Amino acid sequence: MKYLRKDRLPNIFCPGCGNGTILNSFFRGMESEGIDLKEIAMVSGIGCSSRIPGYVKCDSLHTTHGRAISFATGLKVGNPDLNVVVFTGDGDAASIGGNHLIHAARRNINLTVICINNTIYGMTGGQISPTSPEGSIGTTAPYGTRDKPFNLSELVVAAGASYVARWTTIQPLQLSNSIKKALNNPGFSFVEVVSQCPTYFGRKNKLRTPVDMVKSFKENAINKRKADKLIADGKEDELIGKIIVGEFINKKRAEFSDNVCNLSKQQCGEEHATKSAYLSKLEY
Amino acid sequence: MIKVDPNLCKGCDLCIEVCPQKVYENSSKLNKKGVYLPCPKREKDCTKCHLCELICPDQAITVEDDKMGNEGDESND
Repeated sequence: MKYLRKDRLPNIFCPGCGNGTILNSFFRGMESEGIDLKEIAMVSGIGCSSRIPGYVKCDSLHTTHGRAISFATGLKVGNPDLNVVVFTGDGDAASIGGNHLIHAARRNINLTVICINNTIYGMTGGQISPTSPEGSIGTTAPYGTRDKPFNLSELVVAAGASYVARWTTIQPLQLSNSIKKALNNPGFSFVEVVSQCPTYFGRKNKLRTPVDMVKSFKENAINKRKADKLIADGKEDELIGKIIVGEFINKKRAEFSDNVCNLSKQQCGEEHATKSAYLSKLEY
Repeated sequence: MIKVDPNLCKGCDLCIEVCPQKVYENSSKLNKKGVYLPCPKREKDCTKCHLCELICPDQAITVEDDKMGNEGDESND
């Protein structure tokens, strides 16, 4: 509560929206890591979840649709001491900004991306998103969608991120632990949170109240280790419709802004090429 | 001491669902915003796990540890 801009409250989110829970978990993870809000810059794109930085007392950047990660890349390279956190939704990160997401993961730039995956386009009226589960009903799919959804965490692991975890909003403690690790991790950290959208997803898919949606998460969540065991035993059919939660990868490798600093040290003898160019111009 | 801010709560009932000790119960009448506020009816059972505080999407709940000894101030009914 002390981190929020009190004049903006109550927030704009629908009753029972998962965004607030994720914000609370973020504060908890940040507190236990011992990071002050002054060292953090929040970047967001367009969407319900991207309104989160507007409620927090910190430096924030509200950018164009899908380009949150590219703006954050610039911010991080310009000032590598800053802790850059990107709040993004599934439409923002997976559909319009999908390319930026995989390339940020490939470069392994030190960002913390918290992707709030509510499996639908909530702000624009309930259209089917790339992460909507097969058979779910939306405004653009009145007979149920036939497409296979993106498995965002697996995608980012394959692209080369160094920390990836997925949780749902009913596991706020595990989520805050993961956010703590993600903030601490030097490299691209991706935390996917499966969140509820009772207004658009729930209403059309027979999960009308937030409590129903949260209960369905509780029933369908299955830990990564258990899921791996099931796959090893050849019982993959049992995983249909389940949400695999847990840590997907936690492996350090060379980081992008360090590489840039090393390169500028080698070539110009100074650590921050961008900063020095700016300063020398000011002297004239 | 559990406080529910009537100006922030939107009545999603997630705290009622998530509480392991079943401390909360819905109030019987609507408030001026048209919301059935959750009331901490069985506050004695509360183990101060702060899960309701963490799950509340509207940051309406504050659970204070009983060190001051202030009780009997219930603004929710």
